[in-house]
Amino acid sequence: MVNRILVGAHYGLKDWVIQRATAIIMAVYTVIFLVVVAAVGPDSFESWRGIFANGFMKFATFLFFISVFYHAWIGVRDIWMDYIKPDGLRLLMMIATVAVLVGYAGWAVQILWRM
Amino acid sequence: MAEMAIKKRRPKNLDLPTIRLPLPGILSILHRVSGAAMFLLLPFLLWLLQSSLTSPETFASAREVVGHPLAKIVLLGLIWFYMHHFCAGIRYLLLDLDKGVELEAARRSSQIVFAVSIALTLIIGAKVLW
Repeated sequence: MVNRILVGAHYGLKDWVIQRATAIIMAVYTVIFLVVVAAVGPDSFESWRGIFANGFMKFATFLFFISVFYHAWIGVRDIWMDYIKPDGLRLLMMIATVAVLVGYAGWAVQILWRM
Repeated sequence: MAEMAIKKRRPKNLDLPTIRLPLPGILSILHRVSGAAMFLLLPFLLWLLQSSLTSPETFASAREVVGHPLAKIVLLGLIWFYMHHFCAGIRYLLLDLDKGVELEAARRSSQIVFAVSIALTLIIGAKVLW
């Protein structure tokens, strides 16, 4: 344990928990998805589309995507914090990361509900 | 206070040619590399999902893209990255629960992660890509 004085409101515990919670959601979805694909054996547009037309799979896939994007935010942010030392550039990379991930979330909603 | 902690004497070994990253270390850096690569490939994957779900025509074009030999190699690598990240992630969750934190167990579990993730990659790759 490093001997240091802590001041401030939070020390990353929330992100630590979210990283693990989203990991569990993605792991469970991965197993469900592989089982569904193995059971359906989609070989055409209709059968492939049918998987995501199902209400439960649509909800689960949406939850999976949101988990991917939040999980990716924490992971990529950690990479920037480890390797990008100039504050301005690091902030820019973080903002760019959030921006693309929020955009991807909108895109994922559009894919799932406009198909 | 913080300075005092840093000045504590720690063992040092800077004889670089003799330092070899142990398997759990390779697993760890691959966890990061695979995560970063999957982040960079997100737009390609979303585009692929969109094409596959929009219409029979775009489905066919997505299938054509996936059928390209170069895309197959990228996708096989992606499946391995996903499976490695998945298996190594489960190992980390178990380490969080204090399971397998001893040196022997940690080395053993990292071997299992490599074996299982590579096996899953070959099975899924064979089913989906070929």
